[in-house]
Amino acid sequence: MSGRVGDGVVNVMIREPGRFFALCLDTGRAMFRWPFQWREFVQQAWFIVSVTVVPTMLVAIPFGGILSLQVGGLIRQLGAQSYTGATAVVAIVREASPLVTSLLVAGAAGAAICADIGSRKIREEIDAMEVLGIDPLHRLVVPRVLACAFVALFLNGLVSVVGLMGGYFFNVMLQDGTPGAYLASFNAIAQLPDLLQAEFKAFVFGVTAGLVASYKGLNARGGPKGVGDAVNQTVVITFMLLFLENFLISALYFQLVPSKGM
Amino acid sequence: MGVEIRVEGLTKSFGRQVIWQDVSLTVPAGEISVLLGPSGTGKSVFLKSLVGLLKPDRGHIWIGDRDLPRLSESKLYETRKLFGVLFQDGALFGSMNLFDNVAFPLREHTRKRESEIKRIVLDKMEMVGLLGAEHKLPGEISGGMRKRAGLARALVLDPEILLVDEPDSGLDPVRTAFLNQVFLDLNAQIGATFLIVTHDINTARTLPDNIGLLYQRHLAMFGPREMLLSSEEPVVRQFLNASKVGPIGMSEEKDESELEAEARSGQDPGRLPPIPPQQMPSDGLIRAGMHAPGAWCAAHGVTPPPGSFVDEQGRDWVEEWPRYVASMTEAAGMAGSVPSRPGRTDPSRRRYDAGAES
Repeated sequence: MSGRVGDGVVNVMIREPGRFFALCLDTGRAMFRWPFQWREFVQQAWFIVSVTVVPTMLVAIPFGGILSLQVGGLIRQLGAQSYTGATAVVAIVREASPLVTSLLVAGAAGAAICADIGSRKIREEIDAMEVLGIDPLHRLVVPRVLACAFVALFLNGLVSVVGLMGGYFFNVMLQDGTPGAYLASFNAIAQLPDLLQAEFKAFVFGVTAGLVASYKGLNARGGPKGVGDAVNQTVVITFMLLFLENFLISALYFQLVPSKGM
Repeated sequence: MGVEIRVEGLTKSFGRQVIWQDVSLTVPAGEISVLLGPSGTGKSVFLKSLVGLLKPDRGHIWIGDRDLPRLSESKLYETRKLFGVLFQDGALFGSMNLFDNVAFPLREHTRKRESEIKRIVLDKMEMVGLLGAEHKLPGEISGGMRKRAGLARALVLDPEILLVDEPDSGLDPVRTAFLNQVFLDLNAQIGATFLIVTHDINTARTLPDNIGLLYQRHLAMFGPREMLLSSEEPVVRQFLNASKVGPIGMSEEKDESELEAEARSGQDPGRLPPIPPQQMPSDGLIRAGMHAPGAWCAAHGVTPPPGSFVDEQGRDWVEEWPRYVASMTEAAGMAGSVPSRPGRTDPSRRRYDAGAES
């Protein structure tokens, strides 16, 4: 019994992360191998857009709204109603938008990629591909990881725009804020690095989600249930990793980029 | 001509579970070999190890002068081009139709024009009886059709070695017989080395040149067909005669009390059934890897069971064989194409000692 627990701990702490990093390195190497699979990349990017764009917008609108309501209410209590636009920028562009992107990339794109690769794995398609002399990392994983990162960049932009519009709407229509104050404070606090760090986060999230989904998919075993388990694990592990990465990048950002003075 | 596969001391385990250990055998070049074994003895794992999909814990797999488990990734991919593999369920790419599936290796590894690819693909699809189904997706066809399409894909690059995982599972007996005939004809045509994993005793008894049996994590025996079909070894005898009497039980191995009860009740595995004559290619020509009927038994002083090598028409193929060889040689000579097949050798000069002891 204790032996089994010991095996489990070694597996979770050492073997699985080790194998995952090995896959990351192999994928990194395969990324620079010619010819790049453009067709697969475009198909996957289109597929990821199709499963994420509508849910992203539908999540971003109430997200922007709720932030405006909550933070706007607090700011009003503090007597700085004219700065609600600024708080929306900080909250939405810097944090909410990468987080919403990460939720959608992990939950929709990651799950779909894992299910796709996992079902190929249990149907022995991956084995067949290897036997036919084709590296599945180069053929399947690289285009998916890059497509995930590429789409995440745009999703982040989309969430920022939709979230800010939602915030504007709630602030101006429901909280009696003025459009001029919203936009003026927006310009006072916002700076380009806010958007750049958010885009960088989105890129990292996309790569992470693609890699975790591919790793779990390629290691699916035990029939259809195994694929279901792999998808489940993909979503949970990706969420945890993305939130951790978000924290680390934000902490670094605050150290490296000074906030804009007013 | 096919390539020899030499396996030395191969051991594989998953975690603490040993699948098989110390397996050594030589699959002779250009011959058809069949690997048998009760369910769960790791036959498919063995096949996957041979092609480098699973890494064995110990041992060597020599393909020519290359030791497969120790090859770099790029060399491994290069070596795999020698192989054609038919997986249990065909392993077709679900997003492509059958034509694209079969054309896939050609498009990846050759610079052939699309018209030539089409000709080759349709030729292979006709060979496996799937002409007319090219535009169907794998999800729209039956398991048997998927398997045949998988075979067409495995054959499309004219492999030197063909590994086949349970060609008969999910296939009706008539299609199984046709598929076996396809294997024989292919072996005659391209001279590839075949290793077929199967549970079908009829296939094992009539199709191959060599038979192997995996049992209890070991290779119980591997050698010419006649060696196993005339063997008194209890496991081999029980398996090849599909008998309940013997050491193999429902959960792989019978326990001692079951065996004692069997002995007390006087259950007897019975006499060995006659060795059937080996199936011939459909054009009747003699394959390079074919063993002359009765030659192994004669060379090793083994008396085959009565009625062996006699076909349905009552012809005894031990007597018939020299005449048959002479008539085929003469016919080929008249056609001015002796010997026309790749690697074809004079069957009367075959050596029967090689591989028998491995």
